[in-house]
Amino acid sequence: MSDALKIELGRRYRFSASHRLHTPQLSEEENWRVFGKCNNPHGHGHNYVLEVSMSGDVDPATGMIANLVDLDAFVERQVLEEFDHKSLNEDVPAFREKVPTTENLCIEIYQRLRSFPQAKLERIRVQETGNNSFEYSGENLEGNRS
Amino acid sequence: MVLLTRKIEFAASHIYHNPNLSAEENRRIFGKCNNPHGHGHNYTLEVTVEGEPDPVTGMVLDLKELKEILEGEVMQRMDHRHLNYEVAELAGQIPTCENIARVIWQLLEPKIKQGRLHRVRLYESPDLFADCYRNGAGAAGKS
Repeated sequence: MSDALKIELGRRYRFSASHRLHTPQLSEEENWRVFGKCNNPHGHGHNYVLEVSMSGDVDPATGMIANLVDLDAFVERQVLEEFDHKSLNEDVPAFREKVPTTENLCIEIYQRLRSFPQAKLERIRVQETGNNSFEYSGENLEGNRS
Repeated sequence: MVLLTRKIEFAASHIYHNPNLSAEENRRIFGKCNNPHGHGHNYTLEVTVEGEPDPVTGMVLDLKELKEILEGEVMQRMDHRHLNYEVAELAGQIPTCENIARVIWQLLEPKIKQGRLHRVRLYESPDLFADCYRNGAGAAGKS
């Protein structure tokens, strides 16, 4: 019966970081027009909430898809250590070239977490503020299912 | 298709302990959740039902009816109970979010006659939850 059901484990993490939305591919005026106040030269910050969903078989011995201690340590090492209390533009190499929108942040975090050995990464959801959030499930990622 | 979600809260105690493992292994795997006298949580349950709104009532299902099902199947069984010792459906299982969500799905699914159960999400704390879906259904209802 349980084969007919799919169980996912969801875990939330928090980090605070600054960013500036700016691309050298556009003029100063165009950057300002597209990104508005998010283009402020000195950047600004958010308290991000990261939601990670993992799927897999529930181990009958433990009742778990994955041990939270392992998942927490993995997310800490792969994401939080490098992102928390940092400047996304300056401190995360991927955002030297890409604009650190929350869309791109979702994709970057997905790539960092998909190698978790004990379970399958289903989805990343990042809440930038209480009013906007973004989700990514690995679509169109090189080497991944479409 | 429209999704309708109802939220309820219940408080319960539990302990993570597998009698087939040694005391040391239990401690290593389950950590403080293995405390012999157990501990408890305020659980939040979100139940999502999918369906087409009835042309006469505009409802996927009557919320009163869903509330009664949740009261009978979940609240009376689990609220202010010890999940290991007082919930027959969890006997022999470690009462993790994953297992409780699955048991709740199995309890609710046959009771919902209007619409169809889409998702059971059980929060043990604001930062930890499990989702149960019908296999093949995606998180956004894609099949």
